[in-house]
Amino acid sequence: MISIIDYGAGNLRSVAKAVAKLGYQAEVTDDPKKVLAADVVILPGVGAAGDTMDSLRKLGLVEPIKQVIAENRPFLGICLGVQVLLTATEESGGYDCLDIIPGTVRLLPPDLKVPHMGWNQVKQKMAHPVFDGIPDDANFYFVHSYYVDPSDRSIVAGETDYGISFCSMVIKDNLMATQFHPEKSGEVGLRLLDNFLRLSLGEDSSWEC
Amino acid sequence: MLTKRVIPCLDVTGGRVVKGVSFVQLRDAGDPVDLAAFYDREGADELVFLDITASSDARNIMIEVVERVSAQVFIPLTVGGGLRSVEDIRQILEAGADKVSLNTAAVLNSEIISEGAAKFGNQCIVVAIDAKRVQKSAVGKGRLGLDENSRWEVYTHGGRKPTGIDALKWAREAVRLGSGEILLTSMDSDGHQDGYDLELTCAVSEAVNVPVIASGGAGKFEHFYDAVVRGKADAVLAASLFHYGTLSIRQVKEYLKGQGIPVRDV
Repeated sequence: MISIIDYGAGNLRSVAKAVAKLGYQAEVTDDPKKVLAADVVILPGVGAAGDTMDSLRKLGLVEPIKQVIAENRPFLGICLGVQVLLTATEESGGYDCLDIIPGTVRLLPPDLKVPHMGWNQVKQKMAHPVFDGIPDDANFYFVHSYYVDPSDRSIVAGETDYGISFCSMVIKDNLMATQFHPEKSGEVGLRLLDNFLRLSLGEDSSWEC
Repeated sequence: MLTKRVIPCLDVTGGRVVKGVSFVQLRDAGDPVDLAAFYDREGADELVFLDITASSDARNIMIEVVERVSAQVFIPLTVGGGLRSVEDIRQILEAGADKVSLNTAAVLNSEIISEGAAKFGNQCIVVAIDAKRVQKSAVGKGRLGLDENSRWEVYTHGGRKPTGIDALKWAREAVRLGSGEILLTSMDSDGHQDGYDLELTCAVSEAVNVPVIASGGAGKFEHFYDAVVRGKADAVLAASLFHYGTLSIRQVKEYLKGQGIPVRDV
């Protein structure tokens, strides 16, 4: 079963709709037990990092998320769903996050319009089957004001330019996380989701390149 | 590099898209899902749906439209028209919209901007401004009111009601309250196909630090280029031009690309 974590933000269902469109069944849930029992966990996200962390704590989802990732079960974080994986964020006056990926979430430089909103290119920084059929520098849809800055640069799978070059995608073992919204990135976005789910659930469930 | 967005706007009433589109080889030219899928294939970077129905039972019909469209088309979807409360916003977002466009409601009750932004994030609160050039030196009331330097006035209720509010002041205020994007329509240019109001677009774009969508007046390729380059718009929106097939989104994007403007490949 694919679990999509629901922590009360507005439009988490677009991820569920994209997954359904690809022919997979997913369950939108805030139940820690269901998250722990899932084969694949997706943490979508919009809104503010502080609120998201508060909601995850209140719902008892912090430990289940850490456990799922520690067990190397396939996990996909989207937008805020990647930001909360880092150690801390500058947002909301500074906030501790899940500290699964060492590093900081930083505000985009002030000389450009914030939020960074629209379609921008993702430069692929590693060869990985999740990119099958997706050209380098393909455009994905972004909406965010903060970006992730992981200390371990070897997990940076994609980079994007917006005034600065920032990490727009990380892959570490069976964990994939994107700053952009694959569920809103048209054909290439659906392809990326499909690749991820196929690798996660298919016969070739090993993620080795 | 961030690309410039080209956005078609679709007017919906009673669950059907109105205006044009008879040229399109669609099973049903008034069906929102068919049209959304068509524009997606054409390379639209986002879709804007405006509910132009006045009746109060329109909300549920619109929610159903949003549910259906967002299950089939996976590009950002903005929905506006008649949203009056945070609860209205929540319902539309839960149905599958990514952003809501607030116009009259935001002017009458600006708390809807701050409350909506606090609850759902600035990124999904678009404030739509209908602006019209000030003819005589009118002076409005309050800190957002027109003054002797004002050049554009905000109108509400589908452009029928002048508010005495200065459009630039209102744009800044909307962003201060949490609007993540401005959808700016020039009432002087709208419908004339003589080009966007570049002065207005540029003035608003420079007044705020969030993306500005230019709307009203597109008639030919150069107008889109001008809106982006001279108007400093982050995105360009058109309705009838695309619906009637005068220009296609694909053609507009190819033109912009040829002029060196970054766009997402179709």
